[in-house]
Amino acid sequence: MAKIIIPTPLRKFTNNESTFETSGNTVKEAIQELTTTHGGLAKHLLDVNNNIRSFIRIYVGDDDINTLEKDATAVSDNAVISIIPAIAGGIA
Amino acid sequence: MNSTITIEEKALDVMYKHGRAAFPDECCGFLYGNEKEGRFIELAIPVTNSKEGDQRRRFEISPLDYMKAERYALENDTTLLGVYHTHPQHPAIASVHDLEKAMPYFSYVIISVMDGKEADVKSWKLYDDKREFYEEQVNTPVIK
Repeated sequence: MAKIIIPTPLRKFTNNESTFETSGNTVKEAIQELTTTHGGLAKHLLDVNNNIRSFIRIYVGDDDINTLEKDATAVSDNAVISIIPAIAGGIA
Repeated sequence: MNSTITIEEKALDVMYKHGRAAFPDECCGFLYGNEKEGRFIELAIPVTNSKEGDQRRRFEISPLDYMKAERYALENDTTLLGVYHTHPQHPAIASVHDLEKAMPYFSYVIISVMDGKEADVKSWKLYDDKREFYEEQVNTPVIK
């Protein structure tokens, strides 16, 4: 099964688990499975239309899914999916 | 909210030196430590401000640097507890830009750098149930 790496700030929503195994065939299916299992994650990962929030980046291995097929990117059995929050800010 | 963050002197020193070196641009980095007895920052590691454009007003950490930071925590048996950045010539108050992309759980430590020298340090954290910051009480060595 593919593995999703949960970033530290979101582990409180996964009972402190740092990884989640998924049988999803695409990134969208994998994230759906994750947010169905751990409901508290949904508001941080998905927008009102159930799409991945713009400030969340998803990598499969070392590749940004935005350079592949976005959330339709295929997920192989041994894939490692990383959820990466945007870290940014600055003065007013 | 009543929340305290303690920052070890050597970690604070790394942030201050980074802030001075980057001035008048903003700089940023990751904070690691433990939560055995409250939130305790043992280590600050600078990262590149990858923001394209005006780095005097904005910072950004690249996704690859973020992945490395998570990996570092796993490999070194420590916890990624937050992010620091500087506000050159501005107070250490979290801005709307800081709030926009803030994540729960993380401490967002902000250092005010005035005329090239650190002037203040504050830490901000999101409420659990709403997208607003509250200020954490920072325990640090006194700024000289």
